[in-house]
Amino acid sequence: MKIFLSNRGNLRNFKSFTESLDLSNPKKLEISTHDKWVTVHPANLVLTAALAMKVGKENAKIVGKVPDTGRYLDRMGLYKLTRTPSPFVYSKKEEAGRFVPIKVIRSPQDQSRFITDVIPLLHLSEKNATVVKYVIGELVRNVLEHSFAEDGAIVAAQYYKRANRVSVGICDTGIGIWRSMWDNWRPKNDLEALKLALTPGITGTTRREGGTSENAGAGLFFIKSIAKISRSYFVIYSGPAEYTLLKYDKRVSGMPRLYGNPNRDHHNETNTSAKFQGTLVAVDISLDETPEFNDLLTSIGEVYHQAIRERKKERYRRPKFI
Amino acid sequence: MKRIIKIQRLTGDFAENKDIAKKLRIEKIMPFLLKGDEIIIDFKEVDGVTQSFIHALISDPIREFKEIAFDKLYYKNANKDVKEIISIVYRYMQESLDNNGE
Repeated sequence: MKIFLSNRGNLRNFKSFTESLDLSNPKKLEISTHDKWVTVHPANLVLTAALAMKVGKENAKIVGKVPDTGRYLDRMGLYKLTRTPSPFVYSKKEEAGRFVPIKVIRSPQDQSRFITDVIPLLHLSEKNATVVKYVIGELVRNVLEHSFAEDGAIVAAQYYKRANRVSVGICDTGIGIWRSMWDNWRPKNDLEALKLALTPGITGTTRREGGTSENAGAGLFFIKSIAKISRSYFVIYSGPAEYTLLKYDKRVSGMPRLYGNPNRDHHNETNTSAKFQGTLVAVDISLDETPEFNDLLTSIGEVYHQAIRERKKERYRRPKFI
Repeated sequence: MKRIIKIQRLTGDFAENKDIAKKLRIEKIMPFLLKGDEIIIDFKEVDGVTQSFIHALISDPIREFKEIAFDKLYYKNANKDVKEIISIVYRYMQESLDNNGE
């Protein structure tokens, strides 16, 4: 497998990143970077980390010239997952920053510890920390419950001061979305499976409205909605399918309108990326644009409820006019 | 009889661990409702909860006990975010009860 980390590693360009992946030869991983400047989003990092863990440290290496900006890969812990020693030397002081390096979460207890001990590294206000805890809490739990991934959930996050934005990436090398939706929904391809997973009230665990005692099919819809309301990107990638929620136009005033149907959101999609055995979810949260969490929940809750009602109406029996 | 369940003691200030919610549901909420007890779920010092946590805690009691659950479950010291999430779960569970002919 080969991964190229470019100088345009952000969610807007994530589709081109997934299309550039070479996932053949799954026993080895070669990571290369742009030779002059490398920029990675936590999404690029966790996907690379997940594949490095999958092949094992001895079979993963970073090759070619890595520019100075590549020291970020070291700070985030990528070198430790490969057999390539880090060429970067820096003082401990430089290491401080508002980021969460690559972490592996294997159990609900790990998850709770992560949320309690690690999120504070981002030094967010209480209001913003609640949003980030919420996002990570829901996404990691999805991995632990549905992915059957041996390596658990691989998580990284970064606070970008200039943009006043938090970016989060969560990845696993489990069964993927299509397989987890298959038993109850029979999606015809991976892209359809992604869209089902994003639809409020649809869970892979049942077809019953209201879900099971454990799952309601709300998690991903909530996270996508948080991204939309904060006018940020959201990405989900599994198998060859990738869906990117595009940024809501900042010139349009008022709270962005939410839709239950992911097709109605301004997005990019593909079903022809490199086939990734697992799932990646990434989200940007623009803190300038994030309203009070309560207002955000109210809006999301209303759309969620409305989506369930609409689906219910679709199933009403119709009179037989002859 | 009144039963009090203190969430913070079990989850810390952010309640997201569904295993804890499930345990509370199975070992406390369902048996208490079966006995006809009133249950006060106390969110004192809980800053936030996930929808998944609340769903795992109360969706089954609502589905199984319906009106009894609505009558006997009380939520104390819930901040406005927690109240909103509980309200969301109440709304969609009632919608789904109608929907499934339950």
